[in-house]
Amino acid sequence: MSTAIMTDHDDDRPTPIHLLPVSDGARRPLSLWVENLSVSFDGFKALDDVTLLLEKGELRCLIGPNGAGKTTLMDCITGKTRPTSGAVYLESRLNELTRLSEVEIAGLGIGRKFQRPTVFQGHTVFENCELALKGPKGVFRTLFARLDAAQKKRIEEILELIGLADHAQRPAGLLAHGQKQWLEIGMLLAQDPQVLLIDEPVAGMTHAEAERTAELLKSLAGQRTIVVVEHDMEFVRSIARNVTVLHEGRVLAEGPMAQVQKDPRVIEVYLGE
Amino acid sequence: MIDRLRQMHGPRAWAALAIGALLLTAVVPFVAPAYMVPLLGKFLCFGMAALAMDLVWGYAGILSLGHGLFFALGGYAMGMHLMRAMAGEGVYRSQLPDFMVFLDWHTLPWTWYGFQSFPFAAAMAVIVPGLLAFVFGWFAFRSRIGGVYFSIVTQALTYAATLLFFQNATGFGGNNGLTDFKRILGWPLHALETKRLLYIASAVALCVTYLLCRFVVTSRLGRVLTAVRDAELKSRFCGYDSTRYKLFVWTLSAMLCGVAGALYVPQVGIINPSEMQPSNSIEMAIWVAVGGRGTLGGALLGAWLVNGGKSWLTAAFPSAWLYVFGGLFVGVTLFLPRGLVGLLPKIRALLPRRRARPVPAPVSEPQT
Repeated sequence: MSTAIMTDHDDDRPTPIHLLPVSDGARRPLSLWVENLSVSFDGFKALDDVTLLLEKGELRCLIGPNGAGKTTLMDCITGKTRPTSGAVYLESRLNELTRLSEVEIAGLGIGRKFQRPTVFQGHTVFENCELALKGPKGVFRTLFARLDAAQKKRIEEILELIGLADHAQRPAGLLAHGQKQWLEIGMLLAQDPQVLLIDEPVAGMTHAEAERTAELLKSLAGQRTIVVVEHDMEFVRSIARNVTVLHEGRVLAEGPMAQVQKDPRVIEVYLGE
Repeated sequence: MIDRLRQMHGPRAWAALAIGALLLTAVVPFVAPAYMVPLLGKFLCFGMAALAMDLVWGYAGILSLGHGLFFALGGYAMGMHLMRAMAGEGVYRSQLPDFMVFLDWHTLPWTWYGFQSFPFAAAMAVIVPGLLAFVFGWFAFRSRIGGVYFSIVTQALTYAATLLFFQNATGFGGNNGLTDFKRILGWPLHALETKRLLYIASAVALCVTYLLCRFVVTSRLGRVLTAVRDAELKSRFCGYDSTRYKLFVWTLSAMLCGVAGALYVPQVGIINPSEMQPSNSIEMAIWVAVGGRGTLGGALLGAWLVNGGKSWLTAAFPSAWLYVFGGLFVGVTLFLPRGLVGLLPKIRALLPRRRARPVPAPVSEPQT
């Protein structure tokens, strides 16, 4: 694994070679950053030298046409795909993620919601949240694990928040598409990660549901770092201060939504479709 | 503690289980005709194997077509002890087992060391299958071999072991295996009392196995196993190392199978490589499929019905058994994907309701 950026600073912050437009306010410490990440599948470059800096508490939207590399980027961050080159850091230069397994990365505090809602079909809604719950995940610990009152209350709160309290004992496989989306978001909340990677949260949701999702995500930002991949432009406008546009595996543009919308290259490949 | 027990079963189910266990251990061996006792004891061992099979297949979604190997290894450990326990009483009056004398061996192979001790043999009946399963599973699960590929590899494993054990040079009696046992812990094996005791030991072991399996599947670990079965990647992103979970349940299942095999051998009086043949392992999968996988009761029911049917049919219509067996498997796969247990709700729905009954508690209630 070669790291393209060489630095001899003790500073945790990478040397900014790409002087990307940084968010309006004061700079906060970085939470997750991706440096010069490239992935190729049989010669096809799914990601080509992508650098992405996320500050703590930031809510970033990742947009781009199909095949732009959005999901591949998430796969690399979560350990599902090994990049050809480049690096991903969480919180510190000591936490380089591309060498870790999915499980280790999840343990460090990165949670992910899949593009297609993925819940444990055979388990009830309550059990889905229980399984996601933050805590020891080792074999023998789970064999004897019991839910304490605080955890039970936490799950009930989450179910209330995602509007599934009445469905707590229903098998998750029987939920409607939108409800599964919500459940998966609820599971993320139970997991309580520092970084949330959310792939298409509002696909299959009604307008009202999408609005509630936007509210929820906005309320989480600030405490957590959130990356949202979404095609629904209205939704993106409603939540994002900053967006990153990917196109053919490269970062095409990055900045406040209003500014990016005016970028002629972005309009050409994506927004003006 | 009480909470945990209530989570395993409701009060009524516990009562039914207690009565069932009592009948099985304390009544059946004394009312059944003498010739039936070892046969029923054999069924109990098959029941244990079916529970072990269901744990990996029904709950964790790992279809093993090699569980007969673990069963047979447990059986060999017990068989070796029984051979050593009768040193000097064989046909050749040698300290070595008869087959070794026949092969003109003069010293005991190292693989047989320690088996004169019953506790050692009993430990080996669990450790050897467990260790083999652990090592095999370690490589298979780590390389993310799953689904049908895993099943084929387990089938190959048991087939390879059959070939190995068929050879005289391997040192376990070749194709004749181990037989002509005389006594276990000093009790003569042909006596009815001994047969009853072995039956009772099997019944107790079955009850313990059931409780252990029930404890596992109603724990959070059990829910993780099912989660791994249904969406492995998601479970990993939730922080569960699916490889370890699979390895745990796979090894546990192999060890339970080993115990079943060890109890089986003194009751049938022989262990040979045919017990390891691929068809035996496939049969185990069929028991579970017929009864209903993913329910422990279903696995037991399947093991007993199929074996009961086999015992009766092979006596009444010897040539028909294989056709019936094959037909059963095809029929269950096509029409009863959830096995016979899957029929219960349908039957219940057909029956006229006499009075409004309280809604049964959900299978796995949230813990308090």
